[in-house]
Amino acid sequence: MNSSLLSLAIWTPIIGAFIVLLTGDDRNARIARPLALISAIAGLLVTIPLYTGFDHATANMQFVEQYAWIERFNINYFLGVDGISVLFILLNSFITIFVVIAAWEVIETRVAQYMAAFLMMSGLINGIFSALDGVLFYVFFEASLIPMYIIIGIWGGPNRVYAAIKFFLYTLLGSLLMLIALIYLFTQSGSFSILEWHQLKLGMQPQILLFLAFLIAFAVKVPMWPVHTWLPDAHVEAPTGGSVVLAAIALKLGAYGFLRFSLPIAPDASIYFGPMMITLSLIAVVYISFVALVQQDMKKLVAYSSIAHMGFVTLGFFMFDSNRMGSMLGIEGALVQMISHGFVSGAMFLCIGVMYDRLHSRQIADYGGVVNTMPKFAAFFLLFAMANAGLPATSGFVGEFMVILGAVKFNFWIGFLAATSLILGAAYTLWMYKRVIFGEVANPHVAELTDINCREFLILGVLAIAVLAMGLYPYPFTDVMHASVDNLLKHVAVSKL
Amino acid sequence: MLNEFVLPNLAPAYPELLLLTMACVILMVDAFMGAASRALVAALSLLTLFGCAVLTALTATGETTLTFSNMFVDDAFADLLKMLIYGSVAVVFVYSRSFLRDRGLDKAEYYVLVLLATLGMMVMASANHFLTVYLGLELMSLSIYALVAIDRESSRSIEAAMKYFILGSLASGLLLYGLSMMYGATGTLEINGVLQALAMSQANDIVLVFGLVFVVAGFAFKLGVVPFHMWVPDVYHGAITPMTLFISTAPKIATFAMVLRILVFGAIPLAPMWQPMLLIMAVLSIIVGNLAAIAQTNIKRMLAYSGISHMGFMLLALTTGVFNGHAAYALEAYTSAFYYIVAYVLMSLASFGVLLLMSRAGYEVETLEDLKGLNQRSPWYAAMMMFVMFSMAGIPFFIGFFAKLSVLLAVIEAGLIGVAIVAVIFSLIGAFYYLRVVKNMYFDAPSDAAPIVAGTDVRVLLSLNGLAIAGFGLFPGWLMKLCQEALARSLY
Repeated sequence: MNSSLLSLAIWTPIIGAFIVLLTGDDRNARIARPLALISAIAGLLVTIPLYTGFDHATANMQFVEQYAWIERFNINYFLGVDGISVLFILLNSFITIFVVIAAWEVIETRVAQYMAAFLMMSGLINGIFSALDGVLFYVFFEASLIPMYIIIGIWGGPNRVYAAIKFFLYTLLGSLLMLIALIYLFTQSGSFSILEWHQLKLGMQPQILLFLAFLIAFAVKVPMWPVHTWLPDAHVEAPTGGSVVLAAIALKLGAYGFLRFSLPIAPDASIYFGPMMITLSLIAVVYISFVALVQQDMKKLVAYSSIAHMGFVTLGFFMFDSNRMGSMLGIEGALVQMISHGFVSGAMFLCIGVMYDRLHSRQIADYGGVVNTMPKFAAFFLLFAMANAGLPATSGFVGEFMVILGAVKFNFWIGFLAATSLILGAAYTLWMYKRVIFGEVANPHVAELTDINCREFLILGVLAIAVLAMGLYPYPFTDVMHASVDNLLKHVAVSKL
Repeated sequence: MLNEFVLPNLAPAYPELLLLTMACVILMVDAFMGAASRALVAALSLLTLFGCAVLTALTATGETTLTFSNMFVDDAFADLLKMLIYGSVAVVFVYSRSFLRDRGLDKAEYYVLVLLATLGMMVMASANHFLTVYLGLELMSLSIYALVAIDRESSRSIEAAMKYFILGSLASGLLLYGLSMMYGATGTLEINGVLQALAMSQANDIVLVFGLVFVVAGFAFKLGVVPFHMWVPDVYHGAITPMTLFISTAPKIATFAMVLRILVFGAIPLAPMWQPMLLIMAVLSIIVGNLAAIAQTNIKRMLAYSGISHMGFMLLALTTGVFNGHAAYALEAYTSAFYYIVAYVLMSLASFGVLLLMSRAGYEVETLEDLKGLNQRSPWYAAMMMFVMFSMAGIPFFIGFFAKLSVLLAVIEAGLIGVAIVAVIFSLIGAFYYLRVVKNMYFDAPSDAAPIVAGTDVRVLLSLNGLAIAGFGLFPGWLMKLCQEALARSLY
């Protein structure tokens, strides 16, 4: 019964990380880089059977592995994926390759450590998405903070120490309360199995407290308004790769947590808190979009845009209607949005990284007329900016459209408010694009820019294909998740009281 | 009846006898061979510990044997404790050697005093009688007072030793007074006799409670928990680093043994009375320890305050053994406390080990600044120190996380969710100063480019120590089970 694919997905990059570390200091950076790339590619290759061998018809956990880990507390090394989590493992392993390539020439100090940190991060995140044991989930969830802390702190910008510590403590605050919730669930059920918790009967009051504990943990991670303030700091200070992983993958962990823990374990509390969650999400969508509009720093702008896009995701999760049509669209749309945002935000940060590597500035005011010197780059950047704004035929459109459709079914005005973000998103993204790319060459530095090289072309090209493919034909994505989402909604509809 | 002398069964005390003999032998070797014998003395000390470990392992039957008119007990709990004590003392010897040699302090007195303190700890671990407990405690404490003052040129060390001596004696006095009250109330000094007397509730409650307060206060002093913690930062700071390393490791195990022997093996029926006392001290320690540690710039003081908070966490587990009048989870709770102590000792060894490794002749690592840029100077030891810091902060995959998890499990099972939340919030605050250490090591440029030199033994042992912190984090089950089985066999 035990399959070892998920273990491979987790431990291949981590073992690769240790091998990369063995190359030692920067004298061997020329060996460290290809080794890291091989590890990242191997990490992706071992996850491909997860998709090809995935049974679309069932909502059960697949590729299950279970071994006793700590018998004293009945803690198991228990892995498995369903339609909700499998895509994120693929996305994560996919993005890791780009992070490694993007750092190829850019990172010059402590290369082995840099690559190893990202590879470890990749393995740990695969662990988060596949853990079916509460403690195992928590262990991966927390442990993934360590590499990110190091990444921001060593290779980050001038204010990196503040950003790194803020990132760590903020996330830790949330997750510690979750730990208490997990232990409480253990005392109630005698098990740390998340699947058993899904079936556990709970009174309204415990459900509310559990929901709140999970909410703090996941809201910080998503991040939802008003606990989002760590994200702009972390994004701005992190090196390009760090921003990419944060935006493309790490933010999805919180949203995934809602689907894996909050909704199925405390369904009544989820319905009870639904209006509050919708309100918070709408604030994120509308208010944060306005905040994004006035940013001077490109990375900060994309960071705020990420918060707004994640607002869409949480909005999609909590629109429970009686015939489940709206909520079905909402959750599937939110999941599609998460994957799409993984590609788009990753690509946006890579684009900003490309410019930063040349000019060492992220200020919009320092640019202008980049199209004159970097035409190929401008074309790619335009595509990603459009996807970020939710243009039809790009992946950004599919998810947002599904969520808005679901919202309109649920309540017209919520749908209306959510739809404003399409306008606002277009406004801040395209206005930024206009100021940076179009117009006359703004200053001598811009005039000296060189267009993207092969390496950069390759990264952006592959991501562009992904964005377009998902926008034109999203069926392979929605098909995988359909059975699991349906099952989740049926589960939530049954009261646990 | 004739006053016939019957030799007691000496077998359970063979390790103690060996250690005592060897301590005398080492003194003699030093007296007759002088300075030439230093390497021999060090080797003999390590060999002694090894011999003791072998003897303990050979005499370990898993059964409980009483000897010396029931004053001395040899059970699975004592055996495991002793093994841990030998191990940590041996590690202390190895880590400290080059530091002491550089400063001309590696005299035989150091080894003999540490061995005698070890003997005291072993007696504490095996005590089944109030007097034996006290005997062991005093042997340990007196040796440590002298050890803290071993660098007699340093006024700071002398001051620390003086503080430690006066406050420690006061604590011993409190403990002794409390024990005498308990004797008055129960009519016996034997620990299992106390248990029987209490179980039959022939005891006088008021005297008992009064005595218990003093006993608990004495323990709090020795463990260094709030409000009896004032000496800890001063002594940790004042003593030279090898002594701080020693104080913060093996004696914690022995003190834990003493607390468990008296409060749990003896006074468990009084748990509803001592648990609230411990609970208050535990919560206060977690709060004060973590808050005060933030303000420290001296790393030894920071580790002292962090130690206070760790002791608080350990006590937290002790307070959850009995609740609602039944002891269903008692074993779980005491196992958690035991495991926490073991984890703490492992982390403490590695943290001071790294500080000792970085120190060299004429230069001591004292402030947080001194750790700057360690990652550039030595990525491997920076990683070891990072393991310790994340482990102390309770981040997985390190042993400290599982120690905290198991304590929190015990606390929540006892229904003290509020306490668990306080503990967790303050560990979050605590995480800040551990992160700061990591920040100094990884994010800052080194202020000192001197290469880190150390003997192979130190390198190997320190690496093993660091890897153990990570390894027991990946596979925590084995050590937990060991602690649990030892307690289960001895408790009932």
